[in-house]
Amino acid sequence: MSGTAMEPGQGGAAPLPASYDMSDVGDWFALLKPRVMTLVVFSGLVGMLVAPGALAMHPVLSGTAILCIAVAAGAAGAINMWYDRDIDAVMRRTARRPIPDGRIQPNAALAYGVILSVASVTLMWLATNLVAAGVLAFSIAFYVFVYTMWLKRRTPQNIVIGGAAGAFPPVIGWAAVTGDITLVPVLLFAIVFVWTPPHFWSLSLWAHDDYARAGVPMLPVTHGAVRTRRQILIYTLVLAPLGLAPWLIGFASPAYAGVAAVLGLMFLRHAVAVLRDTQDEAGRSLTGDAPARASFRFSLTYLFVLFAALAADRLVFGP
Amino acid sequence: MTPEERALFEKRRRRRNIAILIGLFGLCALFYFVGVARLLRV
Repeated sequence: MSGTAMEPGQGGAAPLPASYDMSDVGDWFALLKPRVMTLVVFSGLVGMLVAPGALAMHPVLSGTAILCIAVAAGAAGAINMWYDRDIDAVMRRTARRPIPDGRIQPNAALAYGVILSVASVTLMWLATNLVAAGVLAFSIAFYVFVYTMWLKRRTPQNIVIGGAAGAFPPVIGWAAVTGDITLVPVLLFAIVFVWTPPHFWSLSLWAHDDYARAGVPMLPVTHGAVRTRRQILIYTLVLAPLGLAPWLIGFASPAYAGVAAVLGLMFLRHAVAVLRDTQDEAGRSLTGDAPARASFRFSLTYLFVLFAALAADRLVFGP
Repeated sequence: MTPEERALFEKRRRRRNIAILIGLFGLCALFYFVGVARLLRV
């Protein structure tokens, strides 16, 4: 071989396109919002586990259904990052994401999100049924069009209504097993739906400056911290009894009810602590939002333990 | 582009290509197993 051919890594080697792709595999994974995906997968799994006939389902099909829920959530997250790249760039919490940081081109992220959305819905249909695939497609569309494009930048109720998108996975999990939607998955939907505002508003209390800078009308930005603290308590007051609903309709045992009651009371204690946090006249925390941070962390524990308790309850006491 | 940047570019491109191949092979395998599982269920 002649010595003229240049090897990669040598200066002056074969020319690269004007805009070359320096993204790493990890960047593409980060585009799927893996932390959000964890909660989505877990709640989808619980929806499947508590559905009648779950254990009779072929493991390849149930595994594929979970994979589809995870990929669809990630795809919706990627499209969200594509659309929100302008506000992500000015928020400290999100400025290092792959698109605002320039590691992934916006159009490539959009194509990635759309392809994964279509693939996950198609595969869900092939592996399970049309109802599960339909709800999966609807949840992606709801998150992208209703929450991301419509509500997020327009109203402080953005995460109240948009939170519905995150409440679909247990319904999808249930539908993947049974092929229909009954009262129980609707209750699971309601629990996640009511849980989302206190969870997200706790975060937005201390991320207030970020949202204000980006012009996102989060409740603390538009109506102040005092009103947000009250709203957190109100939603938690609704959530605590709602957690007992599976027991009230005879779907879960008193053991589950005990766990749900304790968790509800603990969440209420956190919400009261957020309300009573030492504040200035505007309601801004003088403690670095320590109670709001604790409430945010506990809200994650709440949902994980509540759903795990329901799944365990059905596996132990179920038919 | 410096030689170091070029090397990093090539390394990342190789990793991306391997990930895409694994993803495509995984998808083929998944389609096969889903097909078999559905046939068994029917």
